[in-house]
Amino acid sequence: MENNYHVCTGCSLLCDDIEVEYGTETINKIYTACRVGVAHMKESKEKVTFLVDNKPVDEEKALSETVKILKNAKNPLIFGLGASTNEAQKQAIELGKKINATIDDSSSFCFGSVVEALVTNKIKTCTLEDVRNKGDVIIFWGSNPADSHPRHLSKHSYFPRGSEKQRGWEEERTAIAIDIRKSHTAKICGNYFIQIPQGGDVELIDALISGLSGKLPKTSYNYPPKKILELANILKGAKFGIIFVGPGLIYSLENLAPLFRLMQALNEKSNFHLVPMVGNCNMRGFNENLFTETGYVNSVKFENGIVKHGSEYSIVESLKAKTVDAALIIGSDPFSSLPRSIAKSLLEIPIISMGPSETLTTKKAKVHINTAISGVESGGSAIRMDGTLVSFKPIVETKNPLEEYILKRIMEAL
Amino acid sequence: MTNAMEIYQMLPKTNCKKCGKTSCMAFAVALMTRELTPDACLPLKEEPKYKDSYEKISSLFKPSEGATETGLIVHEDLCFGCGNCVVACPVNVANDPYGVGSGNAPKNTSKLILAIEEGIVKARNVDECRRFGKNKILCNGCIVTCPVEAIEFV
Ligand code: SF4
Ligand code: SF4
Ligand code: SF4
Ligand code: SF4
Repeated sequence: MENNYHVCTGCSLLCDDIEVEYGTETINKIYTACRVGVAHMKESKEKVTFLVDNKPVDEEKALSETVKILKNAKNPLIFGLGASTNEAQKQAIELGKKINATIDDSSSFCFGSVVEALVTNKIKTCTLEDVRNKGDVIIFWGSNPADSHPRHLSKHSYFPRGSEKQRGWEEERTAIAIDIRKSHTAKICGNYFIQIPQGGDVELIDALISGLSGKLPKTSYNYPPKKILELANILKGAKFGIIFVGPGLIYSLENLAPLFRLMQALNEKSNFHLVPMVGNCNMRGFNENLFTETGYVNSVKFENGIVKHGSEYSIVESLKAKTVDAALIIGSDPFSSLPRSIAKSLLEIPIISMGPSETLTTKKAKVHINTAISGVESGGSAIRMDGTLVSFKPIVETKNPLEEYILKRIMEAL
Repeated sequence: MTNAMEIYQMLPKTNCKKCGKTSCMAFAVALMTRELTPDACLPLKEEPKYKDSYEKISSLFKPSEGATETGLIVHEDLCFGCGNCVVACPVNVANDPYGVGSGNAPKNTSKLILAIEEGIVKARNVDECRRFGKNKILCNGCIVTCPVEAIEFV
């Protein structure tokens, strides 16, 4: 059985122990995956769709329309790719070079800077296996894996026995949740739930740093200093600590300086690692692949072989400034993820959308190409939230084209 | 969750011993462990003044749909298959330390109580559960680790 395990691409945990029982035609039963994963793996559909102006066309027509839009564009935007395989991402980056595109993903308003700090070794990190085998103090800061990555606590971060953690979670691990509301994860953490007001993260960071060096920790919201000192003591005693940073923490930081301060203070006293709670299955892959190619994790502009980088090349800023004149959106739905005022600018430029499902973005697109679901209908590889490369084979067959294949064809046609 | 005290409050409290137990409290405990069924208390079953209590208790211990013989119920609408209970259950860990006990897919399924199928936890081999049988203890591993209170013992 062991060799038949599949990988779930339902989230960036990329669980690699999924058993699939096949019926005569389709999947019969899926074992070990969570509900999100099961839904994801069963999303596959028969229908192959190419749309131009929301009307069905054939592959050739959709491609020629795509090529026309990209040829006419001076500064096309390539955006998304968080659910694409490494192979498709690399192909998209190549395409970006060829058409002098601006290329970005949603990490420019979330985990981009953290991933950059990790790949440039500015913050100490570790793998999820390390967490399972050694982790003793586990902090979920602004993250709620119980809802976003359902198997996080059971497969890696809290409940499992690990090589150096044989006696189990009750005795050997402390899980701490820091959040603005009592999430499902906070519920599991019980007494170790630190509730802070919205935007109170930086103050808590500095209070903790004070606490670590025995000073009286103060916050404007009067969090009981005794409790912060208690927490600081637990952190000080950690042999292998991990902070799983979530969007809740990132959104409340203007820059990463407080996080650097905290990690440094912690590592003076004990041993702490940081892992970002990346959402989509291969968002981290996009950051790393673009970094390998350009030295930047997002917000890049290619210009005749030169790489430019800066916040002005992020999706938000380039739409605000209206500097991009076409958009190729791959496996993403900016119409539902971006503020409406910014997404509105997208309506002024032709959109080509590629991805496995029909979304608000597909409806607004000039061209839509339905592609295979990475990891379900297509094989390849992706990078887990902790930077581990995970390869997978398709779980079901599909008639839908792979993103990689479509991108290659666009390249050729250009 | 019901406890023995709550059940006791609904019994005749006459300690008549017709059920074969020495007291109504002992009978309540026997109900909780599924050793006896409500029908064993003849006064409760037959005397009209206990009709309401009888119905209430019967419904509590009815082998209700989805409930296993030990009373473990999974609220499938709530469960989202996170696997916390699977990995935390001490019986699961003891019987499959390198599979579910280590957070992975099961390697040895023969005595597992909890496992995830189709994204939802399924209970089986419930006679292995520590809450029941002769040497029962008040284990709550699967209850306290569930983020959504999807496991209940009735
Ligand atoms: S936790 Fe994520 S990767 Fe694992 S089974 Fe669930 S959706 Fe899939
Ligand atoms: S038969 Fe009923 S009333 Fe009599 S001792 Fe047993 S539980 Fe109590
Ligand atoms: S009560 Fe304890 S032994 Fe029984 S299923 Fe739950 S965790 Fe396992
Ligand atoms: S812990 Fe709760 S939600 Fe998670 S698998 Fe068990 S019953 Fe389901």
